[in-house]
Amino acid sequence: MILIHCPYCDEKRAELEFAYAGQAHIARPADPSALSDEEWEHYLFIRANPRGRHHERWRHIHGCGRFFNAVRDTVTDKFETTYKAGEPRK
Amino acid sequence: MTRFSAMSLFAKALGGHQGWPEQWPDAAPKPAYDAIIVGGGGHGLGAAYYLAKKYGITKVAVLEKGWIGGGNTGRNTTIIRSNYLYDESAHLYDHAVKLWDGLSQELNYNTMYSKRGVMMLAHNVHDIQSFKRHIHANRLNGVDNEWLTPEEAKAYCPPLNISPDARYPVLGAALQRRGGTARHDTVAWGYARAAAALGVDIIQNCAVTGINRGPDGAVTGVETTRGSIACKRIGVSAAGNTSVLMQMAGLDFPLESYPLQALVSEPVKPIFPCVVMSNTVHAYMSQSDKGELVIGAGTDQYVSYSQRGALHIVEHTLAAICEIFPIFRRMRMLRTWGGIVDVTPDRSPILGKTPVQGLYVNCGWGTGGFKATPGAGDLLAYTMAKDEPHRINAPFNLDRFRNGRLIDEAAAAAVAH
Ligand SMILES: Cc1cc2nc3c(=O)[nH]c(=O)nc-3n(C[C@H](O)[C@H](O)[C@H](O)COP(=O)(O)OP(=O)(O)OC[C@H]3O[C@@H](n4cnc5c(N)ncnc54)[C@H](O)[C@@H]3O)c2cc1C
Ligand SMILES: [Zn+2]
Repeated sequence: MILIHCPYCDEKRAELEFAYAGQAHIARPADPSALSDEEWEHYLFIRANPRGRHHERWRHIHGCGRFFNAVRDTVTDKFETTYKAGEPRK
Repeated sequence: MTRFSAMSLFAKALGGHQGWPEQWPDAAPKPAYDAIIVGGGGHGLGAAYYLAKKYGITKVAVLEKGWIGGGNTGRNTTIIRSNYLYDESAHLYDHAVKLWDGLSQELNYNTMYSKRGVMMLAHNVHDIQSFKRHIHANRLNGVDNEWLTPEEAKAYCPPLNISPDARYPVLGAALQRRGGTARHDTVAWGYARAAAALGVDIIQNCAVTGINRGPDGAVTGVETTRGSIACKRIGVSAAGNTSVLMQMAGLDFPLESYPLQALVSEPVKPIFPCVVMSNTVHAYMSQSDKGELVIGAGTDQYVSYSQRGALHIVEHTLAAICEIFPIFRRMRMLRTWGGIVDVTPDRSPILGKTPVQGLYVNCGWGTGGFKATPGAGDLLAYTMAKDEPHRINAPFNLDRFRNGRLIDEAAAAAVAH
């Protein structure tokens, strides 16, 4: 089980306290009805799925309950950093 | 290739089984092929075999970065069934189950396909309703599936605990009698041997690192750790690594890769006659011919290429197994391992053409593509030979994520194997 640092609680806790919430920094379309089919496809379904550095969201469900972002290596599963939602992409 | 038969076994036995030649040559890459398959799992090896056998395309290489069958083919729990809800899926998976039937004969290699039945347990009213819906839908599609009362379920699988005061009582079950298991490695080896006999090169320790394209955008070959190879048709069948390969051709894919684990117990005498799955309690099990209880666990929650999963996932599965089969509480587990499965948003595979001319893909089988091995190989070969999908795999195109014609087995099953 991986250990995850919550940037709000400022504590490293076991993965069981957290819920993974998918790829990070996917912006919800500001004007949905203006989107083309291709843009919808990208927003809803296309994912980076890299072998290596991955930007992802986590939620500290059994702690403060808040969403935050993380950078993790998908080969070693090691976290590079975690940061608060709203902060720029690291 | 020496054909296996009672006679050849007997003749070789006289020589103390010392005289067997290697079953297929360890090929080195040639400068050019008519078609290249990336990924030496069961699906890729099957595609190479059918390209040669059915379409006469024999200048084919299968490029495998490790050893053949070392991916999910050699890591899965080998459950075979075709009781999927939607018409498209029922046709796709049943096409494969029909091919499993004659496969050992066709390949002259014992794939140990055993129709021992796949039984899915219903624990609540929702399960009963959804299984009955599946049963009716399956039968309309000519796929066998039947409803069993708890007593009938126990008669079919005696170790089952049908006591009404169990924490998750068994209220009935859906049984697909043609479902069952096969031996994973032999599927890879059988296809490799049969394909090599038709002239296909099986090339191991050869990772594809780039996909080359000409000025018109069409593929012209691949870069590998063993040099460049030219070809006009590439079939990618790389399971959990598909996104990485598609990136080499500049394509973004609707896939996420997750670790999925399985485990086996110490071997015991035959006790468990069929496959039992409980989607609600989240456990499934069968017994291998060696005697091990083969148990499938869940995926980790995060994307990963680590090829190992977390221990708490396995603990959760064993808790569920002990709940349904108290009889196995004192069994000791021998080994756990993980594979990386490629999951699509609707939990249905993608099998067809890509926007790049000459590049074909077979992926997204996620947690449940072993059962489809002969079918996926056959259909990928068809699609590559004709440059158009067969009507069985036509609905499983990439465009569905743009035009919205999803085949939403995710919603239909919630758990898939
Ligand atoms: C634990 C577990 C349990 C499962 N249980 C079941 C089950 O009970 N029933 C069922 O139907 N399915 C099950 N599955 C799913 C099933 O294993 C897969 O869907 C199926 O085996 C996929 O076959 P494949 O040939 O496409 O992939 P693989 O066997 O994974 O083959 C892909 C190959 O591509 C190679 N490769 C990747 N990248 C490159 C590259 N760049 N260059 C060259 N080669 C490359 C890999 O090394 C690999 O050998 C399970 C999977 C797991 C992990
Ligand atoms: Zn927190």
